[in-house]
Amino acid sequence: MDALRALLAERADGDVVAWADHAEVMRRFGLDCPEAEGAILSAGFLPARYRRNRQTISTELQLRLHGSTVAVVGCGGLGGYVIEELARLGVGTLVAIDHDVFEEHNLNRQLLSSPAAIGQSKAQAARRRVADIDPGVVVRPIEVAFSPETAAASFGGVDVVVDAADNVPIRLQLAEACSRLKIPLVHGAIAGWYGYVCTVMPGDETLRHLYGRWSEPRGVEAVLGNPSFTPAVVASFEVAEVCKILLEQGCLLRDQILVIDLLNMDVDHIRF
Amino acid sequence: MEITVRLYLTFRTGRLRTETREYPAGVTAAAVARSLAIRDADIGMALVNNRQAELEQELRPGDTLSLFPVVGGG
Repeated sequence: MDALRALLAERADGDVVAWADHAEVMRRFGLDCPEAEGAILSAGFLPARYRRNRQTISTELQLRLHGSTVAVVGCGGLGGYVIEELARLGVGTLVAIDHDVFEEHNLNRQLLSSPAAIGQSKAQAARRRVADIDPGVVVRPIEVAFSPETAAASFGGVDVVVDAADNVPIRLQLAEACSRLKIPLVHGAIAGWYGYVCTVMPGDETLRHLYGRWSEPRGVEAVLGNPSFTPAVVASFEVAEVCKILLEQGCLLRDQILVIDLLNMDVDHIRF
Repeated sequence: MEITVRLYLTFRTGRLRTETREYPAGVTAAAVARSLAIRDADIGMALVNNRQAELEQELRPGDTLSLFPVVGGG
């Protein structure tokens, strides 16, 4: 550790460590990229990629994010943006769960999709994308649909679960599993110009309220579809909630639902 | 009796946002929804005075009924 500190003190710009020096830490100390990122942060230095985080997230808090694990259920419209933002935020480990492959009609909104990826696994696309943008983040792809039976295995060591699923019954099963496993759940749902966001702590009944009367697996999105911007907006709200849960900061959307209407630019808090 | 109706998201289109309307005594939340041509199956959540309610629930004078569509896409 002393040798690492000495190297960083010599190379760093103040306490900011450039990517080339991150690579030097990996080479000299035989660490992989995530291990090197952890070592740099633990030594009180900040990888340069997080320089613009720092007025919001201190080096100490950046280390906390690096040590955190977030599972994202669904790697489609919401999930693609959620994974991108969590990786760029610096959350150290992501579990990307999706059994599906990309289809052409995903291209209008799903960040991980591209013509070349048609027919390919969404969970694997998440792994490739994060490896491209930040090899310091570990992605565990799970190419099996979420189910209550696999929840405990999939969510081992997970600090927060993000609901980016695409149908009501899975969302309710996910909420029940997270409650049972005592993991906070951040919920987001979209249709057309519209979306819902809320945070569900273990024992909360928020999703039972929101979908209390459901009778069909899909909601109004079955008619409205989803344009490009709605998943980006709702995913960003979800990631902000995840960040606050991990850092124990700010106010959460707990016991309330954020109702987002982008057509009329109305945002309502519905409190129970 | 007067009931204040609040509609959210898709339910607002071609209808209303918030309006205080006259209904017969004993009207249910379901009847109010039907009066606005909202399908039962499209309603995800109904609140009466900000508390979760069943559609069969009878409303009282001055109640506020809020209706939210099912939004489930990802």
